Amino acid sequence: MRRRLAGISLLGVLTLTAAACGNSGGGTQQADGPVTITMWTRAATQTQSERLVAEYNKTHKNQVKLTVIPTDNYQPRIAAAAGAKQLPDVFAADVIFVPNYTSQGLFMDITDRIAALPFKDKLAPSHMKLGTLDNRQYTLPHTLDLSVWFWNKDLYEKAGLDPEKGPKTLKEFAQQATTIQEKLGKDGQVHGTFFGGNCGGCYVFTFWPSVWAAGAQVMDDKGTTSLNDQPAMTEVFRIWRELYEKKVTGPTAKEEQGPTWTGFFPKGEIGVMPMPSTTLGLMPKDMKIGVTPIAGPDGGESTFVGGDSVGISATSKNADAAWEFVSWTVSDQAQVEVMAKNKDVLARTDLASNKYSAEDPRVVLINSLVAKGQTPFALRFGQTYNDPQGPWLRLAREAVFGDASKVPQLNAEITKSLQQ
Amino acid sequence: MTLTVTRSRRAAHSAPSARWRSRKVQGWLYAAPTAVIVGVLFLAPLVLVVWMSLNRWPLLGQATFNAPANYVKIADNPLFLDAVVFTLKYTAITTVLLSGVALGLALLVQDRRPGIAFFRTAFFLPGAVGFAAAGLLFYGMLNNDFGPIDPMLQALGITSEPVKWIGTPNMALFSTITLVIWRFAGFNMLILLTGLQAIPTEVYEAARSDGANRWQIFTRITLPLLRPTLALMLILSVTGSLLAFDQFFVFTNGGPDNSTVSMVMVVYRDAFFRFDLGGAAALSVVLLVALVGLNTLMMRRLR
Repeated sequence: MRRRLAGISLLGVLTLTAAACGNSGGGTQQADGPVTITMWTRAATQTQSERLVAEYNKTHKNQVKLTVIPTDNYQPRIAAAAGAKQLPDVFAADVIFVPNYTSQGLFMDITDRIAALPFKDKLAPSHMKLGTLDNRQYTLPHTLDLSVWFWNKDLYEKAGLDPEKGPKTLKEFAQQATTIQEKLGKDGQVHGTFFGGNCGGCYVFTFWPSVWAAGAQVMDDKGTTSLNDQPAMTEVFRIWRELYEKKVTGPTAKEEQGPTWTGFFPKGEIGVMPMPSTTLGLMPKDMKIGVTPIAGPDGGESTFVGGDSVGISATSKNADAAWEFVSWTVSDQAQVEVMAKNKDVLARTDLASNKYSAEDPRVVLINSLVAKGQTPFALRFGQTYNDPQGPWLRLAREAVFGDASKVPQLNAEITKSLQQ
Repeated sequence: MTLTVTRSRRAAHSAPSARWRSRKVQGWLYAAPTAVIVGVLFLAPLVLVVWMSLNRWPLLGQATFNAPANYVKIADNPLFLDAVVFTLKYTAITTVLLSGVALGLALLVQDRRPGIAFFRTAFFLPGAVGFAAAGLLFYGMLNNDFGPIDPMLQALGITSEPVKWIGTPNMALFSTITLVIWRFAGFNMLILLTGLQAIPTEVYEAARSDGANRWQIFTRITLPLLRPTLALMLILSVTGSLLAFDQFFVFTNGGPDNSTVSMVMVVYRDAFFRFDLGGAAALSVVLLVALVGLNTLMMRRLR
């Protein structure tokens, strides 16, 4: 009971902590000797952060202490820590939340430090764009996570499809998924495709690229007007709705809240589905997987350039040590020997082809998509699209499972939320 | 009681004696640690929340006074208004069911019989599981993809396909209430048990020798004498249910389609997803005032 009472006094307690700890501050900058800086990252990209930190700690005198926070709780944790002036020295953030964080003043201005980097023009463009506010730069790209279609070559072969030919359009995608379902789905162990049907972030990550591939947009440039009721979007919804109605998507797609949506493909249960590129390195070694860009209903290709940006918190007392670390993470050594070696997408376009990428043509393909993909910009992105109580999830669910005629009205709700 | 005693003593002596004064200081000293804790952990945050609710309060930077904007916009927050209706509905159902189950359990285990300690412990044990952990446990058990409950029900032939435990609004509410009863029935049973055991056995014996049957004993003796305990349990249950958060946050995540969003969840969302700390504080204040009012009313009626 007392714990639930805590809910109501939480805000107050937080502010109190803020008042109590604000003056004493965190660590103090030491003139010489090694410094330990703190870093937070979210679970979704923890593998990449952990590798970078481990390599840095092995090769440097300064040390980084990494804390991994569950993805769903990351935004609230950052908000609570910021309110209490207890942010870590360095924190990574989902790139789409970065504009909001910079506008709230959570990141330190590092424009001049970035300008001194020899490769400053080669940093992943969409990440850099979202980390810029009023011509000042606040973040560096940390991890890149692109949405692509994975297909299971073994299942394709069993279903009589060409295992070397993935879908080139969303309509082909739907046909191939349906074939898998019809040929192999009888006993309920294999499904044609899958998607996170109760997860706002999953929808934007996996559906929007089809809209972009068709040459259309989901929001205006300023991120204040929603275009999710336009034909380009509703056509994508319609194709997915048909897949769900024909039971091609696996029975639990409608309830999938996000934590487990990528878990079914590696088990060999799914024929073809949109997946995050960061999971490629985590797939079972003996699984034959094809990778192809997400396409529009009739062709084209695009991707959602997601992932994390990293910045120094505005309240950090160890800015120099923090910069030493974050600038190292985008250096040649870290990018090639840590990121590329593990099949990850690189934060720098000039390193896209390197000694590791040549080993796997799928990695070359994913790297090449960085320039073609998009990262949507909106100040109110999180509360509109990611929040389970936000207006986007309702729109997407009505469009795919419910009453599609409600879409225009719900689209107005999205615009209202974007303009708050 | 003590107050009247000291007062009468004070009246007996024309001037306050040194002994009385030192006792007064002693009293203050005894109370001081608690007073400090209450002041720091309850009163100060309370004042701050009220102050926050009158300001636009950014995460970092200066607050600006904007009263009563944070209160006015509550009327324009459909999510909160829906949450009020839902939370009241949830509170009503939970309180009735929880009281019934807890009373039943308490009556079952009230008599000292061999092996009764085992059942008392078994009923109370879920109360020792953290509430968030319990929510996660139910989420895992009832999950359609990997939970063990569905396969078990299917193996027994009770259901033919996975049940959408949190897939529809009504099922989500039903599953959550099951979770809450599982978690709290034992605790409430314990409260009622202390009340039951405070009823003197002589009263029962007298009733029995007057020829009262079991039902008459229950309605004429047990229930009336249990009234203060029932009132306590009712107040705890209603307050707890109105402040429901963990179960919906962890277990249903407010879904499906915002059908299980409680009031405190809206407060949390406004504060930590929308970063509208002032607005969230205003909602908290409204909630607090409503709760204090409701509890006063209940205390009066149930006394």
